[in-house]
Amino acid sequence: MSDLTRRTAAELAEALASGDTSSVELTEAHLDRITYVDGEVHAFLHVDTDGVLAQARAADDRRAAGTPASGLDGVPIAVKDVLATQGLPTTCGSRILEGWVPPYDATVVQRLRRAGLPILGKTNMDEFAMGSSTEHSAYGPTHNPWDLDRIPGGSGGGSAAAVAAFEAPWAIGTDTGGSIRQPGAVTGTVGMKPTYGGVSRYGLIALANSLDQAGPVTRTVLDAALLHEVIGGHDPLDSTSIDQPLPDVVAAARHGADGDMTGVRVGVVKELTGEGYQVGVQARFDEAVQLLMEAGAEVVEVSCPSFVHALAAYYLILPAEASSNLARFDAMRYGLRVLPDGIDAPSAEEVMRATRDAGFGDEVKRRIILGTYALSSGYYDAYYGQAQKVRTLISRDFQAAFEQVDVLVSPTAPTTAFRLGEKLDDPVAMYLNDLATIPANLAGVPGISVPSGLAEEDGLPTGVQVLAPAMADDRVYRVGAALETLLTDRWGGPLLARAPELTGATA
Amino acid sequence: MSTPTLMSFEDALAAFDPAMGLEVHVELNTASKMFCGCPTGFGAEPNTQVCPVCLGLPGAMPVVNRVAVESAIRIGLALNCRIAEWCRFARKNYFYPDMPKNFQTSQYDEPIAFDGWTEVAVDTADGLETFRVEIERAHMEEDTGKSLHVGGATGRIHGADHSLVDYNRAGIPLIEIVTKPIMGAREKAPLVAKAYVGQLRELLLGLGVSDVRMEQGSLRCDVNLSLSPAGEGTLGTRTETKNVNSLRSVERAAHYEVSRQSAILADGGRIIQETRHWHEDTGVTTSGREKSDAEDYRYFPEPDLVPVAPSREWVEELRGTLPEPPRERRGRLQESWGFSDLEMRDTVGAGALVLVEQTVAAGASPQAARKWWLSELARQANEQGVELVDLPVTPADVARVQALVDEGRINDKLARQVFDGVLDGEGTPDEVIASRRLEVVSDDGALSAAVDDAIAAHPDVADKIRDGKVAAAGALIGAVMKQMRGQADAGRVRELILEKLHA
Repeated sequence: MSDLTRRTAAELAEALASGDTSSVELTEAHLDRITYVDGEVHAFLHVDTDGVLAQARAADDRRAAGTPASGLDGVPIAVKDVLATQGLPTTCGSRILEGWVPPYDATVVQRLRRAGLPILGKTNMDEFAMGSSTEHSAYGPTHNPWDLDRIPGGSGGGSAAAVAAFEAPWAIGTDTGGSIRQPGAVTGTVGMKPTYGGVSRYGLIALANSLDQAGPVTRTVLDAALLHEVIGGHDPLDSTSIDQPLPDVVAAARHGADGDMTGVRVGVVKELTGEGYQVGVQARFDEAVQLLMEAGAEVVEVSCPSFVHALAAYYLILPAEASSNLARFDAMRYGLRVLPDGIDAPSAEEVMRATRDAGFGDEVKRRIILGTYALSSGYYDAYYGQAQKVRTLISRDFQAAFEQVDVLVSPTAPTTAFRLGEKLDDPVAMYLNDLATIPANLAGVPGISVPSGLAEEDGLPTGVQVLAPAMADDRVYRVGAALETLLTDRWGGPLLARAPELTGATA
Repeated sequence: MSTPTLMSFEDALAAFDPAMGLEVHVELNTASKMFCGCPTGFGAEPNTQVCPVCLGLPGAMPVVNRVAVESAIRIGLALNCRIAEWCRFARKNYFYPDMPKNFQTSQYDEPIAFDGWTEVAVDTADGLETFRVEIERAHMEEDTGKSLHVGGATGRIHGADHSLVDYNRAGIPLIEIVTKPIMGAREKAPLVAKAYVGQLRELLLGLGVSDVRMEQGSLRCDVNLSLSPAGEGTLGTRTETKNVNSLRSVERAAHYEVSRQSAILADGGRIIQETRHWHEDTGVTTSGREKSDAEDYRYFPEPDLVPVAPSREWVEELRGTLPEPPRERRGRLQESWGFSDLEMRDTVGAGALVLVEQTVAAGASPQAARKWWLSELARQANEQGVELVDLPVTPADVARVQALVDEGRINDKLARQVFDGVLDGEGTPDEVIASRRLEVVSDDGALSAAVDDAIAAHPDVADKIRDGKVAAAGALIGAVMKQMRGQADAGRVRELILEKLHA
């Protein structure tokens, strides 16, 4: 029943409500699809076949009894392996957490369960979300469904690829510097990073606490809004969670779908276009801006001069926080434990050292070293302290920009998907992928990436990013949905319909 | 390890001035932990009071305990500190197996309370002297777990086969109170240190924020001490002596470090900045890890928590809940108890102020309360080498014993036996009296027979009494008491003797 896997989550919810399908039927359809294509895509680290079917049966029972848990009850979902799932392995793509089964659910996961969404499994990612290609997973890379030789973006390449390859109707990702949006752009899917504090981080295994945010990975803007509504809102377990009602993102997505942008002021960020952006990416972006204008938007260019320092500040703040977060992986209580060779009765310290040496990959070690250095006494002011100042400047740039315009737009990623291995030996080139997405994380503002077409030169998907002020997530949904409508009309159907068929050959 | 040379305390003081800094860690008695809802009770089965947060499981996040903040503010106010309008938690990064996250959530350059002072009454040879101790800061942090080293002879990590970790203590709220260097106390420095910790404990007890039981580790003290050439007013290199877990040890450890450091300095050596461990049994400190610039905790603001910004209204509201300041309190109590200056000084010096107060509150007269705590119980504490407050006897017990004396059911001699029983864990005073059959005999039948026996046995004494030498009755009373094994009502015995001899 491949047509079930082609439907959006909103459509599946309707089909469930009308009794046209059952949760078990569509969950099985997705499990079949996973069996068929995941050998070549490798989007999943763990598929919970028995568990998801049991949850689907429970959803069907609730529907049959007339007591669905929510309007979405029974629509299955995939979850990035960075979120704690009770009873389901959670590895963060790292050897060091191999075999760890959390005794608790992340708040996001708990809310998925509460809404009745059966969890298909856990998706692949760069180790501890460090990377832009999912090549840094200790369990092997994920492949881009558009071209299996290419990366699906990262760190949430697994979630994006699963959704792009129709292995899941939707998924949860996390975005620290673009890990939801950049994979969305390079796989032709929608990725939304909510306002910092808008979605609970409790149970999200922190990469950089002050930047991380979980959000929806979907094929349509409306699906993203529906999922956002499930997972968003205040959580007393997360002190940084905002104690305010979520804006009505679903209404905003529906409103935007009419394609009318009259009266909406759109700012094109000067510093996030032009040089360094692939020609086809830039062209699709310019086209998208043109469409917004034609739909009635007032488009202006705005300057955010501090954005040029965003990448440097990000690569100090992130490793600093990460170096501290990752200290807990010491083989004392859970996860991997490696006994050092040649030592009869190793001390705790020797076991810690051997375990961390064996359990962390190179990129993780690189960032632990960077972060440890940046926080060291005598360097703190020059690095971490200075980076925090840049962060303040970036927030001020956003503030000033949002006094002029309602939303900001830019290409999501500077390039289309690159080839596996192409940038693996060049960390800085890899880091540059997040150039356009990082400022939103540093300032805590929401951003969505929606497909903007295919680059002429390589036929690969490109994305456009829409940013709004904190807690104005509804604005990005409205503009994102409008762009989706305008572009889909132009393409005569969703972009993903143009993706090559996967053959089901094992990689 | 070689035994270090020591200089006599007197010689040391002739050549050097000690400067001390005291760091006191107080475990708060909040119902739940600093950053999670786990209970905090002492003595539970290992690893039963834990959750993802205090175990530092991946993904778990802290939430600040409001009551702990409230306690921290009240402690700060009671120490005359300024209360931060805005402060943050910070991560103190270092690896240790009993620290679940391998960083401690603490406060660094933004403590909740700072720039305070407290006055300490010190019982010196010159009388009760008041020292002003400046408070640098009081900040909030979480406790670590507890390591148990198994298989070694000493219970220390060296020589142990393996270690077990109990995380029940991990995340219990701590307040760390740090003094500024205490200078100019000279030979009284060890006494000031002890008095400061003792009176800080009373203050915390009065605030009701902690159980402050040193033997259970709910109040722990580090003694930082350095010496500088006498009269120069400079600060030398300090050592930080940890594990100083009784009031007496605070004094002894300071005393010892003065003697140890002075011997090194007098010999032309230099003091290494290091952590030292106090050994209660042998009364010495030994070198722990060397502290140097290499130890870098890489503090940075805890990104999982929002700043703590107590409103001025809240702070003022909490100020209203403070108990009376120590000096005013002492004055008021002295007046209401009718104690002489000397009696008051002895009471404060013995660390018995709160105990006497509570005993009076439980119904005893101030003099009776003072008498028991400063004589019989002080003797027992001294014998056991503990502080009065650490004796397993409560002010209510003392008041009860006095009430029984007042009722004539026991006498002072029996009362001491009652205390023996209470201290031996035999139960309440009434239970001890019942089990040891200690009640005095005032039953005339039994007493009358004993008095007759005594008169018969001592006819010469009886004659003297008949002749009007009433003072001689003491010998007969003694004989009766002996026969009754002390359990007789001496007053009634006397009456009976005089009655029978028509004196």
